[in-house]
Amino acid sequence: MVNLIIDNKKVCVPEGTTILEAAKTVGIEIPTLCFLKDLNEIGACRICCVNVVGKETLVAACNTKVEEGMVIYTSDKKTHHARRMNLQFILADHDFRCAACVRNGNCELQKICSDMNINNLPFKNHFEEDEWNKTFPLIRDASKCIKCMCCVQVCNKVQGLGIWDVINTGKRTSVGVKDQKKITEVDCALCGQCITHCPTGALKERDDVNRLLEAVADSSKIVVAQVAPAVRAAWGEGLGLPKKLATEKRMAAAMRALGVDYVFDTNFSADLTIMEEANEFLERFTHHDQYQWPMYTSCCPGWVRFLKTQYPEMVSQLSTAKSPQQMFGAVTKSYFAEKIGVDAE
Amino acid sequence: MNRLSVMSDDRVDATVELLMKEFSQRIIANPPGVCPIDMQLAFLKVCHAQTCGKCVPCRVGLGVLEELLESVLDHTATMETLDLIEYTATNIKNSADCAIGFESARMILKGFEGFKEDYISHIQNHRCTGSFEQPIPCVTLCPANVDIPGYIALAGMGRCDDAVRLIRKDNPFPTACAFICEHPCEARCRRNMIDDSVNIRGIKRYVVDKATAAEVAVPACAPSTGKKVAVVGGGPSGLTTAYFLQLMGHQTVIYEEKKQLGGMLRYGIPNYRFPRERLQEDIDAILSTGVETRMGVNIGTEKLAELNKEYDAVYIAIGAHTDNKLGLEGEDSENVISAVEMLRKIGDDEYPDFTDKRVIVVGGGNVAMDCARTAVRSNAKTVSIVYRRRQEDMTALPAEVEGAIAEGIELITLKAPLRVEADEEGKVAALWVQPQVIGPVKGGRPAPRKARKEEERLECDVILVAIGQKIVSEPFEKAGIAAKRGRLCADASGALNRIGMYAGGNCVTGPATVIKAIAAGKAAAANIDEYLGYKHMISTDVEIPEPLLNDKLPCGRVNLAEKESWARRDNFEGIEYTMSEEEAIQETSRCLRCDRHGCATLRGGRQLEW
Repeated sequence: MVNLIIDNKKVCVPEGTTILEAAKTVGIEIPTLCFLKDLNEIGACRICCVNVVGKETLVAACNTKVEEGMVIYTSDKKTHHARRMNLQFILADHDFRCAACVRNGNCELQKICSDMNINNLPFKNHFEEDEWNKTFPLIRDASKCIKCMCCVQVCNKVQGLGIWDVINTGKRTSVGVKDQKKITEVDCALCGQCITHCPTGALKERDDVNRLLEAVADSSKIVVAQVAPAVRAAWGEGLGLPKKLATEKRMAAAMRALGVDYVFDTNFSADLTIMEEANEFLERFTHHDQYQWPMYTSCCPGWVRFLKTQYPEMVSQLSTAKSPQQMFGAVTKSYFAEKIGVDAE
Repeated sequence: MNRLSVMSDDRVDATVELLMKEFSQRIIANPPGVCPIDMQLAFLKVCHAQTCGKCVPCRVGLGVLEELLESVLDHTATMETLDLIEYTATNIKNSADCAIGFESARMILKGFEGFKEDYISHIQNHRCTGSFEQPIPCVTLCPANVDIPGYIALAGMGRCDDAVRLIRKDNPFPTACAFICEHPCEARCRRNMIDDSVNIRGIKRYVVDKATAAEVAVPACAPSTGKKVAVVGGGPSGLTTAYFLQLMGHQTVIYEEKKQLGGMLRYGIPNYRFPRERLQEDIDAILSTGVETRMGVNIGTEKLAELNKEYDAVYIAIGAHTDNKLGLEGEDSENVISAVEMLRKIGDDEYPDFTDKRVIVVGGGNVAMDCARTAVRSNAKTVSIVYRRRQEDMTALPAEVEGAIAEGIELITLKAPLRVEADEEGKVAALWVQPQVIGPVKGGRPAPRKARKEEERLECDVILVAIGQKIVSEPFEKAGIAAKRGRLCADASGALNRIGMYAGGNCVTGPATVIKAIAAGKAAAANIDEYLGYKHMISTDVEIPEPLLNDKLPCGRVNLAEKESWARRDNFEGIEYTMSEEEAIQETSRCLRCDRHGCATLRGGRQLEW
């Protein structure tokens, strides 16, 4: 065990513990921005810098291991000044027109700036602008990127795809698609992990809500909605509705009130997918030696893209069924259109 | 993909490396007088380009600092901007992850301390404090402002006699400087931007070998003014003042304690570096102006008062001729000899005999090298230099250290002397030393500390102590002349706190270079002339050739060769060979003639008189 003092509190932690973790054991939260445990411990943002007494410069709490007898201050003047300034540096390099950002109110940078009482920027503000194909489902907005490298790490270390890489050096250091390619030219599975791990609005999914609103406003169009199971289960949470009130029926009523003509549950087409896949499975199972095994589901487009690009030799093992969402689209345009007597076009 | 690959020559890397080399040469040749903040901004941009971009303080912070510095240069900054620059740089220094970041910020902070007044000038006056006042780098950096491009051009045309005349306009020691000047003029030579500095001292050596100071007559003196000036000390500084004042028409009288003139040029520098007969050429030329001498006279407190009464002005240039003691037990043993004492005797041709002796020299400066190389020439069995730091920390010129090593001298570094062991007769038997470890930098260079090792005993018969010189300032202090730690307090004009009394050279600066002593003598001459109520101008009628219209293509620098070590070890004859005519013509053609190109064409370039 290692004994040290953090903000005048005695701390005793196992050898190999980082200062960040050690502080947490005594209830001291050191702010972090780029840190992702086991994934991104690169000390890039320098927000977690702390003052180790006796050292001239500050150290990053996220990737510095504790040492016996250390005396550390996590928010003294020196630390506080550096932390605030590094946040201001990040802002100097960031498009902080927050009101027009998809992450407004749900942004780690915004929150930490608020926590650290950053209410002015003594420096000029300018940010990187880079073109991006806005029709692609994954959108990168260079002006929002704080270069924390989380996307690079999660894509590489967890998803094993390595789509993202650090590009350029010096002040133009940024993140880009690897090997000088465009996003449309690489094998991105569109899994969304980079979006999930992006602390700001630099990575986001293409937003089709406006297309929905356009369709609803068009009286000549019949609008059909399908709701994914996860949405049905959790929709009330974001609105602060108690579980009892957040029923399926209320959700359907709300969508109808928005102007959607028909509301369906994806459960239906999920059952279709399962039936298709089950039939396929029986066929393959009964003719075992004619197929490569095992058989894989095709119900997730991300998974299908992943297998096609990374393990093309296994493509024949995928089920040939469409995903529930795709199947629902097909059924709506054929069976349902016919049933309500409307031209599918 | 290969699992591992062998590093191969990459064209991009190779080109970048080449450009870096050229860039560092360019930095060496940084013109004196450029805006320090603009230079800092340029450095900062280089630092920024070096960052990998991982961390915020470096990737963004350095850019922010660039903008702040730009705002200072663009007159949009306020005094508050200064605080912000310091605060920003401090935070970058404190929180950067690696040296690329924190050292960049440290550089800014250093500059901030060093030239804050320039920042303020930019903000308040919208002006830089720096300017190309003296646009010729070599002339600017020569303490005596000798017309270097001028004499190089003359040498290139074979007009070596005119070259000597031109040098003498600013410096009556062309020969001494040809042999032993530390040539600060070469440090920022613009030629560094192309290949390497011009071998300025080497060209001067060629000049004084082709047209010796003895052969080239000094200019005529101005009509006598009837004024008399006493010069205390017949070294380079005193002789320089006497020479120029004499040319201005004042009668000068040099009072010298020793038997002969020349100061440290004779009593400090051994013959093999600067042959005495060549020194005599400069001295004779100076004396040919009519300078009088009083040899073997020691000027004490009372005598100084007499001089003050008898003469219209007094120039004190007594040098730094007494030795520093080691302060060790046994230092008074027989055969512990001070460097100053030994070299002084040699100056009067009293050579030591170290036949079969094991000699240890303590110290790492040029004097230590002189002592060691003198010991070799005095038949010593072995000669070692004991120094408490590393070889690269020695204050001696690298060429002197290399010369010593070539002559078979052993460097025993990282050993601090502890005490001298004497035998029963009281003679030196050994030097005890404590091994050292080189450690953190203190005061600009790495400091040694005691190593966890046993003391060592170095057997020897003679110990030569060369650990610096001191000034005998007491008699002058008693006469009421202000001094600080033994150094006489002269102002920029050379004036002391007694009216009509001036001082310069080592007794003001502490042990320094001969060209600095000469420069002090030159300045004092001008100011004494003014003090006496005159404004005699020193000039020359030598016309300088037009610059050559050659292409400035990279070309190697001609270095002066030395005699083979076996041929120089057993005698005190000069060891450096001069340039051939072929070499001299090539070397002089390397000069870029900054006096006739660039800023000098605007500013007038050449100082024709002073």
